[in-house]
Amino acid sequence: MTTTLLPEDAAPAPEPGPAPADRDRASQWRLVWWRFRGHKLAMAGLVVLSGFYLVALLASFLAPHSTSWFDEDYIYAPPQLPKLVDTSGDDWNWGLFVNGYTMEQDPETLELTHTTDPDTRIELGFFVRGESYSLLGLVDTNVHLFGPKDPDQPVYLLGADHRGRDLLSLIIHGTRVSMTIGLVGVLLAFVLGVVLGGISGYVGGKTDGLIQRVVEFFMSLPTLPLWLGLAAALPRDWGPLQRYFAITVILAIIAWTDLARVVRGRFLSLRTEQFVTAARLDGSTRRRVIFRHMLPSFTSHLVASLTLSIPAMILAETSLSFLGLGLQSPVISWGVLLEQAQNFRAMADAPWLLLPGAAVVLAVLSFNFVGDGLRDAADPYR
Amino acid sequence: MTDMEFTGSTLTAAGPAAPPLLELSGLRTEFATRDGLVRAVDGVDLRIPPGSTVCLVGESGCGKSVTARSILGLVDPPGRVSGGHIWWRPPGDGERVDLAGYGRTDPRFRQIRGQQISMIFQEPLAALSPMYTVGDQLGETLRLHRGLSKAEARDEAIALLRRVHIPRPEQRVDEYSFQLSGGMCQRVMIAVALSCEPALLIADEPTTALDVTIQARILDLIAELQADTGMSVLFITHDLGVVAEIADEVAVMYLGRVVEHGSTEQILTDPRHPYTHRLLRSVPRLGSGRQRVLPTVRGQVPHGARRPAGCSFHPRCDHAIAGVCGTVDPAALDGGDGHEVACLLYDDAHRPAGRTLPLTVVEPAPTPEPAATAVTADRPPLLDVRDLRMLFPVRHGMFGRTTGQVHAVDGVSLTVRPGETLGLVGESGCGKTTLGRCIVRAETPTSGQIQYRDGDGDPVDVTRLSGGALRRYQRDVRTVFQDPFSSLNPRMTLRQIIGDPLVTHGIARGSELTDRVADMLRRVGLSPDYLDRYPHAFSGGQRQRVNIARALILGPKLVVADEAVSALDVSVRAQILNLLRELQDEFQLTYVFISHDLSVVEALCDRVAVMYLGKIVELADTATLFTAPKHPYTEALLSAVPVPEPGRRTRRTRLSDDLPDPVNPPDGCWFHTRCPHAVAGRCDQPASPPALETVAAGHDVACLRHAELHLDGVRADRP
Repeated sequence: MTTTLLPEDAAPAPEPGPAPADRDRASQWRLVWWRFRGHKLAMAGLVVLSGFYLVALLASFLAPHSTSWFDEDYIYAPPQLPKLVDTSGDDWNWGLFVNGYTMEQDPETLELTHTTDPDTRIELGFFVRGESYSLLGLVDTNVHLFGPKDPDQPVYLLGADHRGRDLLSLIIHGTRVSMTIGLVGVLLAFVLGVVLGGISGYVGGKTDGLIQRVVEFFMSLPTLPLWLGLAAALPRDWGPLQRYFAITVILAIIAWTDLARVVRGRFLSLRTEQFVTAARLDGSTRRRVIFRHMLPSFTSHLVASLTLSIPAMILAETSLSFLGLGLQSPVISWGVLLEQAQNFRAMADAPWLLLPGAAVVLAVLSFNFVGDGLRDAADPYR
Repeated sequence: MTDMEFTGSTLTAAGPAAPPLLELSGLRTEFATRDGLVRAVDGVDLRIPPGSTVCLVGESGCGKSVTARSILGLVDPPGRVSGGHIWWRPPGDGERVDLAGYGRTDPRFRQIRGQQISMIFQEPLAALSPMYTVGDQLGETLRLHRGLSKAEARDEAIALLRRVHIPRPEQRVDEYSFQLSGGMCQRVMIAVALSCEPALLIADEPTTALDVTIQARILDLIAELQADTGMSVLFITHDLGVVAEIADEVAVMYLGRVVEHGSTEQILTDPRHPYTHRLLRSVPRLGSGRQRVLPTVRGQVPHGARRPAGCSFHPRCDHAIAGVCGTVDPAALDGGDGHEVACLLYDDAHRPAGRTLPLTVVEPAPTPEPAATAVTADRPPLLDVRDLRMLFPVRHGMFGRTTGQVHAVDGVSLTVRPGETLGLVGESGCGKTTLGRCIVRAETPTSGQIQYRDGDGDPVDVTRLSGGALRRYQRDVRTVFQDPFSSLNPRMTLRQIIGDPLVTHGIARGSELTDRVADMLRRVGLSPDYLDRYPHAFSGGQRQRVNIARALILGPKLVVADEAVSALDVSVRAQILNLLRELQDEFQLTYVFISHDLSVVEALCDRVAVMYLGKIVELADTATLFTAPKHPYTEALLSAVPVPEPGRRTRRTRLSDDLPDPVNPPDGCWFHTRCPHAVAGRCDQPASPPALETVAAGHDVACLRHAELHLDGVRADRP
């Protein structure tokens, strides 16, 4: 009789990869991370995104200039290439520098054109003194990561815009708004979607019917006219950032519907799982069943869908600002910067004005890669 | 036998006179998985002679299905056939071809699949598209492979449906798969498979998902069609009873290799490989009465990526030769009579002196149940179910109007005595699961009462309980679920899963909870070291032990086990049944054991209730019910169970698989449409639905003709 009480096997099946016992004890998140790590593109995306948010956090330190800095002498100045060694003289002269500009004025149109002048040399340095700012809102300082050693020298690594502002500094500052302003909206949509979808799926019956009709109503609203209307309807005396924030919140109230449907579906299929019945028979209250037994089994999917909805918000910001409906100067965001590229002549003269678009593409792609990687890794028990 | 000469055999030399239709030699199929290279099929040799049925037997994970799929090039990536030959000799021209040389997408496969070799699968519903009618799907095969016109194909489809004994084929040809029962769908699949008159039919567990009654009919049909067409059948099953029923030759597989091969007679009466031995003994046999302890196979089938060195069975083998079986790879040895076995015990070079053959199995003889069990009829019942009904509305149309009701449980009355094991049996859809769910109050019954009496207290009506009183009841009455995979939350550790009831009932937390859970794990035969592991680290049998631990942690009085062992392999099943029995003695438990497997019920239960369409048709103690049933349905159920003994393919009571619509049950006795003993004008009268009446002490039957009929039990037709 004792023989049958023996464990069926000395130990659960050991598996290669991480130490076998670890794998058996690994929590869901550990397993997700192990699988996510194997996804190269997603890991690259994660690195890029971490970089972007670091830039957003330390924008004033990383950018050579503030958003309000401009020099009308250098309107549409082209990008300069940083060089390490100067061979123009007799000997090799080491040190980071850029070439300066020579200016010409068209006698008929009075237009200024800039060309890089290989003979002038503007020395660049790290941790140079420049405009004052307050780092993270805590420390007042005027140290910038890099910049011209002489603050009055013109340095435009990515070129200048129509007012003679440094595009690189603008893109760095724009990261802050572009990468964050959507988050509140996404988070709001997420919470709404999970809660309403969850109620719909778990309770079922009439409640489910009602919530689903509401979902269908919101899904039938055309978004672009709504944006236009909202942009016009918001109080005039609000600042541009405030107005845009209000728009994203309103968009979120419409955007929760997709997630609500997904969550409802998951709840419906989970409701019939035996472990949910088991939890109910174990004496768990309804709240405990939902939050302790059901939600954890698809949080990883939720995180993935959350990651995938952030780029949508970034794109929305960009396109709205491009149309002139979202953010407006003096607020700096990638979309606002791109607005300058609407002008065909400006485009022909200064193609570098499209560079904020590259930042958008990079950020959106990275979010998508990370989201894909998370989605693939989300269910570690297959 | 001890002196029998075992010689190494080359398979072709030992072959029978007729060249085999299909010959696998050294077939290897590998899967590159994250856990390493899994050799699912690792050097399989197998011959299928024309016109015969070869069975592949083994537990899950032994590579039976992959072998079959390899033949037709149906192994999906990352799997691939990596070695060996699949010699196929097409009937007629006789030039043999090697299918292993064809790529997965080779167009020549299309000629062979469907036309020369057909395959049927375990899940008939999943194999038929719900978007097309039965006729469309049959017709498509006919038009593609036989070039028939649309009208001809339809006529031929009807003829084929008639041939597989589908009633009213002219109507059924226009129905969709979801309108048919599982048995009917499998018949349709067989019709599709037969439409091009294949020379070989590969049947991959075709009856596993079906009820025994339906299974018996499908097996009959395959045998009958084989006799008609002369095709060969490669039949894959884990059920040795089915083997006895249908096979000419048997190949026993273990971890991707054939360990024993012989005629059905040889395998079933003279098993040579220790694995076959154990497999045969761990199946509870119908007719052997209530058993104290079932013999088991130690351990479980290891994961394919972790094949033990030497003989892959040696870690579980009672007869392993120390130092030899773990290092030497056994080759197939022929006993001279076509009975091959891959075991070193039969190899004179390795068998140590003193070991005798055949194997003698050392184990305690199955002791019959001691007469004085804890079951006492005079104590008040623990549970008294009175006229219980559970109706599910059937909704139709856009606004969900209720157009009818399914009587899942329809006026059931029964008592459960303290300390007994009550079995609930019946075909799927008979309401046994719903009855179990009502008892544990996972469902609230529509009407009726369930009186629960705890000790000497006053009975309470469970159907009216709610809130705290319901939670107290659910502490006493627990359930063990069927599916060891979906019943454990994959996101929780064993500590959380088993300890959760203690938390929700406010019994224990912190270190006391850990102690209790560890103690419980030990009692169900798991190591307390597993506390912080997640369910994905465990096998089916281990998970079922966790399920049992979760049910018992609250110290219940009654445990409802709903098909608790049906998802498990035979060797593990016996382990779990023994565990349930031991725990019953240890904790003075009362069981309600729901199962469709009559041999398991016979081995475990004191009394058995047979259900049909939501009603109990017979209720008696196990011995009486199995030896002297009074209801024709019970008789039919018993006779449909295949028994792993050759020469038992006798005349059986066969039930039609055309079940009545549960929304509109027939007039009179609900069973009369399928009953072989029904009398027209009596059993089908609207005035005469039979009620459950007591025919002897503790024996209730609901049959109008119970007094006149003399029905056979399992021992009656035993030689």
